[in-house]
Amino acid sequence: MSIKLTIMEQMQQIAREHGKTLAPLTDDLALLDSGLDSLGFAVLVARLEDTLGVDPFTTAEDAMFPLTLGDFVKVYENGARQRAVA
Amino acid sequence: MVRANAPSLKAQLATAASEQIFFDRAAQACVTELVRGGTSLSGRLAALAGRSVMIATASQLTAALALIELDGVARRFTILPPDTAPEHLPALIACAEVDAVVIDDGTPPHAAFDLPLRVLAAPAIAPAGDAPPMQAHTEWVLLTSGTSGVPKMALHDLASLTAPIGAEHRDGAMVWGTFYDIRRYGGLQIFLRALIGDASLILSSAGEPIADHLARLGRCGVTHLSGTPSAWRRALMSPAIGRIAPRYVRLSGEIADQAVLDSLRAAFPQARMGHAYASTEAGVAFEVEDGRAGFPADMLERDRDGVELRLADGALRIRSPRTAQRYLGKEAAALRDSEGFVDTGDMVERHGDRYVFVGRRGGIINVGGLKVHPEEVEAVINRHPEVRMSLVRPKRNAVTGAIVIADVVLKPQTAAASDRSELAIKNDILALCREALPRHKVPAAINIVSELDVAATGKLARRHG
Repeated sequence: MSIKLTIMEQMQQIAREHGKTLAPLTDDLALLDSGLDSLGFAVLVARLEDTLGVDPFTTAEDAMFPLTLGDFVKVYENGARQRAVA
Repeated sequence: MVRANAPSLKAQLATAASEQIFFDRAAQACVTELVRGGTSLSGRLAALAGRSVMIATASQLTAALALIELDGVARRFTILPPDTAPEHLPALIACAEVDAVVIDDGTPPHAAFDLPLRVLAAPAIAPAGDAPPMQAHTEWVLLTSGTSGVPKMALHDLASLTAPIGAEHRDGAMVWGTFYDIRRYGGLQIFLRALIGDASLILSSAGEPIADHLARLGRCGVTHLSGTPSAWRRALMSPAIGRIAPRYVRLSGEIADQAVLDSLRAAFPQARMGHAYASTEAGVAFEVEDGRAGFPADMLERDRDGVELRLADGALRIRSPRTAQRYLGKEAAALRDSEGFVDTGDMVERHGDRYVFVGRRGGIINVGGLKVHPEEVEAVINRHPEVRMSLVRPKRNAVTGAIVIADVVLKPQTAAASDRSELAIKNDILALCREALPRHKVPAAINIVSELDVAATGKLARRHG
């Protein structure tokens, strides 16, 4: 499964668990408007570390938290690439 | 608190009616023989009179005998728990002004033990010569089980240590057993209960597999058995639990949640069951025998047997004749507040007519500014019928600073019957948590693990992240 699909699936799962409704998941969707709150994203980051084996936000010292869903997916794609190289 | 003429431990035992034997895995010793004119200290007891002695034996059995002989003889003794880091020895020896050490043939050599007097102890009781002068009011120094740094040294005496032991602890012919080491407060309470109650005592032995320990307890006919909830959960996982049939089971040292109380009740339907609240500094504050987690709310602000409980910022404070008097050392922090209360650092919450323990003040996980006590989440997870024990810990998180993670050990029959997938059980546990807890306390992930580390104190090993 692609990284993007994994992320979107986990978001839907967490939204269900937290009783939230997600906005349509497009690349330019602002994460603030996605329907998940910060706790939801915290859980998402923890779950993605389990499934993808990487937490790009705690491995990179200066990682900025992305603003849109598209950027969020890119951070994980870059993280996975760096891991594959290393 | 100082009672100059209080009888020594040995004097209190002189009237014991039945023969008392203390056992460990390797040896046994007849306490009755010791009390009636024997010694385990290679004829050197008189030389230890008036000194500040460190009891540094490897075996609990030799330590037990030394305690009986030295109370009333030594000016002070410091009881060294077996896992004390050797690098702390010089500081501890200096702080307690130790000028003599009792060792046995298993004590690892250390330069710090090059003291004016070294005495070798052995479980074999030899006839004692002239009785040494019994005139000292001996100070008992116990080490606290802190996680880092030099342990603090809490000053007790025989009166504060035996104050919690009432007449109800004489209960027919008793054989006490404990999962604790008697060189820490919880184990020392059991040592004293056995001793004063004319009972025999079965000591634990380092490195002994739980099944062997349970079998040994069963062979010796244990009637009264005590341990931390973590030790009991491990015992309940062993098929050898069927080897024992105690008529009294006791828990202390950690929060006794409803799940472990219910499991013990099911395993020993006939037994009296009590959970005690105690710490090295605060002593035993209370024991509850109704099989329900926590303690009755009306215990607060009421003087029971001289013990007063009070809440300050959600944490329990205790004033009683059972608390330690102070920490040793000139620079040491105050052990009691200005009114004589000991701050336990244990947080409680009122649920109906009970107060329940929710965790340690220092162990709080901060999830985006919201507080989580690991223990309250564990108590919910442990309610799941397929869970034996759990550890909730923080995990660093870029969004909320930290997030809650749970490591879970399943009951053996569950682990063996793999018809239900781990994923299904994890989802079950999460559903239980979501039902019982606010969102930020629900673990973000659950790991099924085969075992959890239990520290030498018998408590679940927590690494504060």
